[in-house]
Amino acid sequence: MYVTVEGDPVYVYTGARAFDRARSTIVFVHGAANDHSVWGLQARYFAHHGNNALAIDLPAHGKSGGSARTSIGSIADWLTALLDALGVDRAVLVGHSMGALAALDMTARHPERVRALALLGPAAPMVVSDVLLDAAEAHDHLAYELMTGWTFSATSHLGGNRQPGIWMTNVALRLFERSRPGVLHADLEACHRYADGLAAAKTIHCPVLLVFGQRDLMVPPKNARPLQDALTGKRIVTIPECGHSMMAEAPDVVLDTLREFIASLS
Amino acid sequence: MTKPKTTPKSIHLDTLSLHAGSRPDPVTGARATPIYQSASFVFPDTDHAAALFNMERAGYVYSRIANPTCAVLEERIAALEGGVGAIAVASGQAALHLAIVTLLGAGSHIVASRALYGGSHNLLDYTLPRFGIATTFVDPRDADAWRAAIRPETRLLFGETLGNPGLDVLDVPRISALAHDHGLPLLVDSTFTTPYLMRPFEHGADLVYHSATKFLSGHGVVIGGLLVDSGRFDWDRPGASAGKFPTLTEPYAGFHDMVFTEESTTAAFLLRARREGIRDFGACMAPMTAFQILQGIETLPLRMQRHVDNTRRIVAFLAAHPLVESVAYPELPAHPDHALAQRLLPLGCGAVFSFAIRGSREQGRKFIESLKLFSHLANVGDAKSLVIHPASTTHFRMAAAELRASGITEGTIRLSVGLEHPDDLIEDLSRALHAAGKA
Repeated sequence: MYVTVEGDPVYVYTGARAFDRARSTIVFVHGAANDHSVWGLQARYFAHHGNNALAIDLPAHGKSGGSARTSIGSIADWLTALLDALGVDRAVLVGHSMGALAALDMTARHPERVRALALLGPAAPMVVSDVLLDAAEAHDHLAYELMTGWTFSATSHLGGNRQPGIWMTNVALRLFERSRPGVLHADLEACHRYADGLAAAKTIHCPVLLVFGQRDLMVPPKNARPLQDALTGKRIVTIPECGHSMMAEAPDVVLDTLREFIASLS
Repeated sequence: MTKPKTTPKSIHLDTLSLHAGSRPDPVTGARATPIYQSASFVFPDTDHAAALFNMERAGYVYSRIANPTCAVLEERIAALEGGVGAIAVASGQAALHLAIVTLLGAGSHIVASRALYGGSHNLLDYTLPRFGIATTFVDPRDADAWRAAIRPETRLLFGETLGNPGLDVLDVPRISALAHDHGLPLLVDSTFTTPYLMRPFEHGADLVYHSATKFLSGHGVVIGGLLVDSGRFDWDRPGASAGKFPTLTEPYAGFHDMVFTEESTTAAFLLRARREGIRDFGACMAPMTAFQILQGIETLPLRMQRHVDNTRRIVAFLAAHPLVESVAYPELPAHPDHALAQRLLPLGCGAVFSFAIRGSREQGRKFIESLKLFSHLANVGDAKSLVIHPASTTHFRMAAAELRASGITEGTIRLSVGLEHPDDLIEDLSRALHAAGKA
């Protein structure tokens, strides 16, 4: 479905179920130069198990209009505006990578709007290498190739997908290639310059789930230790032999981890 | 996002041929891909079962829809072609059919090269019109003809990387650009080239299929097809493509009003092809077949190089032989697509080509019947060398004018060069030509 947020059309994947304000809501926030489709299996499951599962396309991503937000804070503000537009008072936020930072920041700013927080592949700070930033700024295809190379574990680069017949590394590459000019750079810059993550984490008191890929080259779990230390009441799950693209590499583990976490809230 | 390396990860084709899609079996440790000869797969619980049926979880339900052995093959060919995924089907013809019925319905139109495998021509020219799908055939070398044939109801452009049997080289960059200008995808039959010689997605094609019976399996022991999606074509791109592909962009009542382009940004075509085409038409691949094709692909780079090396020797021999009127191989300067082949097929133009013997049909008959190593049969891409007379076999349903348009004469003989020692093959050909000369 489409909703209007801050004047722009926003695409929200609902798992082929009609949005119902009477239901509890889970918002899935994708990472840099991605879109809602990275959550396909997980969002669809929750949508068919009593929830509003809203996998959004951030501004200028996927099917959404508008321009890419240039800071994690502005993405967090936009998420709040999205909940306002939908008439949702509180939601569970599930964010991946850049989306995790935006969800973290929104939770710190508007704790009353967030029932629980699941952060997949997070780190704070999330430093981005110069070579990647430069390639993204130049709109060089190298940026997409580097992202694809780092976002999967070495094992996953040889396939073995749980989804029959899908070569997941090229799915990721094509998604990056489809991103509009400048979007990847804006996203990476937002991650790179976000300096408020640890301070934000220290203010959060809702239930928090941290999910790491043991073989994550993009955001190595060790880089998340300061964030882990700053968060209280967190649950930590590390997926063995998994990289950064955990929703594709280990879809069932991600789903079951989220199911257990969300079930524990009630 | 600090990174240890600043060069993109790239795995070579030779390595992908052996490893893509395959992991050691987690239960037994088996290194070869197991043959999952099972029609169905047990559900852990009812919720899991429902989730599998409703695409909330990944996994296996029933081998017509997906099978773990076939899935390894699907990933492997997708990796080799540079696509987002693939579907293994019962034959190359099933792959062509699946591509068409996933995108087109009654009232739709295809523009196709007229230099096609006879079976493909049959489907397009004789069978699909009965279901309301029309095709206009064009000279593959004439870009203006492709453009002029496109109608408002056209939904697909289709050709072979190397046309059968004259080896017309499809100008994939040019025809794909032309297709995209009209908001249409280009489907390419890449059977003769395999990803070793050409990866059509790198030149702009959107969908590729193979008769895996040929060089991919490589030994003439199975029938199978593979359909691969590049993931690049934007089915609901505003403008030229808008509204043209409702099977992907509008709710599908056959799967709870699923909109495939919403479910998957890059693999919507494959999703529909599996959830409808394989489910309903049922032309799936058997797991044993997938295993045998996987075995073949493991040595694809080695075999294709030998196929090409042998072919070059034989082409040179035939081109210099006094009883040979012409040889149609794009590496020869006289071939009309020589320059294009040098650009698109630098590693070689495959191992299937045709030539014409001087004389009557009798000379052709005597030549074929005198061969000892070349087997007279209807197939190509075997490890063993093969020969056939297209006008009386593979293309026999085509009218005389259509045969001429496809570059086939009564004297045309098609060879599929195998992996034998080239000296032995040349000796066999030399002996048969001598016999034909005396006929």
